[in-house]
Amino acid sequence: MTDESEVFLSVRDLKVHFPTDDGLVKAVDGLSFELARGRTLGIVGESGSGKSVTSLAVMGLHGVGQYGRGRARISGEIHLDGQELTGADPDSVRRLRGREMAMIFQDPLSSLHPYYTVGTQISEAYRVHHPVTKAAARTRAVELLGRVGIPQPDRRFDDYPHQFSGGMRQRVMIAMALVNNPDLLIADEPTTALDVTVQAQILDLIRDLQQEFGSAVIVITHDLGVVAELADDILVMYAGRCVERGPAERVFYTPQHPYTWGLLGSMPRFDRERSERLTPVRGAPPSLINVPSGCAFHPRCPHADLTGGASRSTVPELREVAERHFAACHLPVADRNRIWEASR
Amino acid sequence: MLAYIVRRLVAVVVMLLVVTLVTFGIFFLVPKLTGGDPAALFAGRQADPTAIAGIRRKLGLDAPVIVQYARFIWGLVAGRDYANGADVTHCAAPCFGYSFKTEQPVWPLLTDRFPVTFSLAVGACVLWLVVGVGTGVLSALRRGSLWDRTAMTAALAGVSLPIYFTGMLALAVFTYKLHWLTVSYVPFTQNPFAWARGLLLPWIVLAFLYAAMYARLTRATMLEILGEDYIRTARAKGLAEPVVIRRHALRATMTPVLTILGLDLGALVGGAILTETTFSLQGLGQAAVRAISDQDLPVILGVTLVAAFFVIAANLVVDLLYAVVDPRVRLT
Ligand SMILES: Nc1ncnc2c1ncn2[C@@H]1O[C@H](COP(=O)(O)OP(=O)(O)OP(=O)(O)O)[C@@H](O)[C@H]1O
Ligand code: SF4
Ligand SMILES: [Mg+2]
Repeated sequence: MTDESEVFLSVRDLKVHFPTDDGLVKAVDGLSFELARGRTLGIVGESGSGKSVTSLAVMGLHGVGQYGRGRARISGEIHLDGQELTGADPDSVRRLRGREMAMIFQDPLSSLHPYYTVGTQISEAYRVHHPVTKAAARTRAVELLGRVGIPQPDRRFDDYPHQFSGGMRQRVMIAMALVNNPDLLIADEPTTALDVTVQAQILDLIRDLQQEFGSAVIVITHDLGVVAELADDILVMYAGRCVERGPAERVFYTPQHPYTWGLLGSMPRFDRERSERLTPVRGAPPSLINVPSGCAFHPRCPHADLTGGASRSTVPELREVAERHFAACHLPVADRNRIWEASR
Repeated sequence: MLAYIVRRLVAVVVMLLVVTLVTFGIFFLVPKLTGGDPAALFAGRQADPTAIAGIRRKLGLDAPVIVQYARFIWGLVAGRDYANGADVTHCAAPCFGYSFKTEQPVWPLLTDRFPVTFSLAVGACVLWLVVGVGTGVLSALRRGSLWDRTAMTAALAGVSLPIYFTGMLALAVFTYKLHWLTVSYVPFTQNPFAWARGLLLPWIVLAFLYAAMYARLTRATMLEILGEDYIRTARAKGLAEPVVIRRHALRATMTPVLTILGLDLGALVGGAILTETTFSLQGLGQAAVRAISDQDLPVILGVTLVAAFFVIAANLVVDLLYAVVDPRVRLT
């Protein structure tokens, strides 16, 4: 994210709204970020903050398969390698899917088709974009299966998803996503459904592969720990907006938003007693239909009273507090630094 | 797989034995309770007691029930001789005995009637599968559209109208009023075109009922499948939507349809009574109705066995197909 020319993915003022019977769900409401080739962005936020909706919007997956349900209303700009996607013809976006940008989902078991062998599914992903023979696609799929660390890939090619363990299934998903050498890989909570020990292996794998393939990677998670070692940059989402964004080390060591403080507070830490380790942000995530006025976080923010009413009345702008480090909070930066220091 | 099939076939034989035992038991008890005498039935109205006694001995009706049952089963497998002294009649395997009413052997009656019911069921089944599944898929893909609402209203009518009503209506309109189609049974081997033409009306009527159920089932299943994660994965690969539907959604949608199909097809062969009666087709259902009112035990037994065999066989085929379609199903 240093040089404009390196920017590979750029999202500007993205809005994804769903008309429902209860009202307009503003799942994503004015999100902007940039990502360069070979870099990793971690998107962090609670359940329902709009992380998946964002990634599906980038993939162009909100438009397809709505079949009569209220269609998502998408506005803003998404540029992938210079090509604008939100206003593009759906079929040209489809052609980019799987080839230029690929996605890994949270639950590898339900994300793989139960009736087809993993090999068939990976080959299929390759053959959509490459006019090759079955045999050639098989060779490619086996190569990828081996690359993601599946033992005896040639034999496992013909196995069905249910014959794999959770971690191995996620490796299969990763192989499928990487089979076309995409420039952008989105991993939506890739380890949430896995055992803790397996989680670390999958994260290591993603990091290794990124170095090898040089793709831009977005890792989505509600657990800051997951992106701690993986991400170059971190974007913290709350109620469909970005509340803080910046280089990972800055967001971890000098976080500038009370919500980020809460997330960091809920991370397991070695230097704390077990009993005080997990303190999630108190209160429930806000409604996305009637988003709280002003700062959407104010009903849950312990510092809202320090801003003289601004938190309740005015939406805080995303402001640059240090180089490439942005946060949206009315508190004066000096106060924020003081509160954060005091809380440690 | 092979071991599984063998095991299932053994189970089929056991089940059929149970079915015969139960049917045999029930229809042996009925004449006892109502005071009817099969031998007298067989001998005709004005027979003298010695003739009746002779028939009773020849048919083995004087033996204990268990012995009669054993002889019946043996006759099915190896054929049997009916003997009263020097008067011997051989009944070749599979011997279902002789009708008490018409004194004709039962097996030829069954082989006569079976193709009618089978043609009726299979033809209707093909029709309702095509129409029902097609309608269901289209409705799912155009949810809320005029097509969807019209089709689902028609389907609601289809499932709620009884077969004799739609059957009579169809007959009244197409046969008696318009003279387009008459219902008759011509064996397929004799003239396939006449076979199809003669059965078209009952097929349509039957298919209307079932197509309605299948359309609703298919629509609901399809909508559920389209929300599955693996459909999203298929789209994320960059597959065009028609491919996603055909290769990924449709195959998964077919599983529950297949299950129901096996049950329906089996039940239809066993119970096409209403349709056959409505259209005066001489199938198994008609034979069963007559046999029951005549207390014609051998015919009842025969029809029941054939129907049971079909229900069980259809289920076996469905289970095997299921395993072919869904690799997670293990045949053990
Ligand atoms: N098709 C849709 N129609 C209506 N609302 C939707 C739709 N898709 C998502 N939403 C809503 O948008 C909000 C954000 O959903 P999203 O899946 O992006 O959350 P998330 O941050 O990924 O959370 P999680 O950690 O649980 O995956 C949720 O409140 C969800 O109910
Ligand atoms: S703007 Fe106010 S409510 Fe929002 S995070 Fe800052 S202090 Fe808290
Ligand atoms: Mg999500």
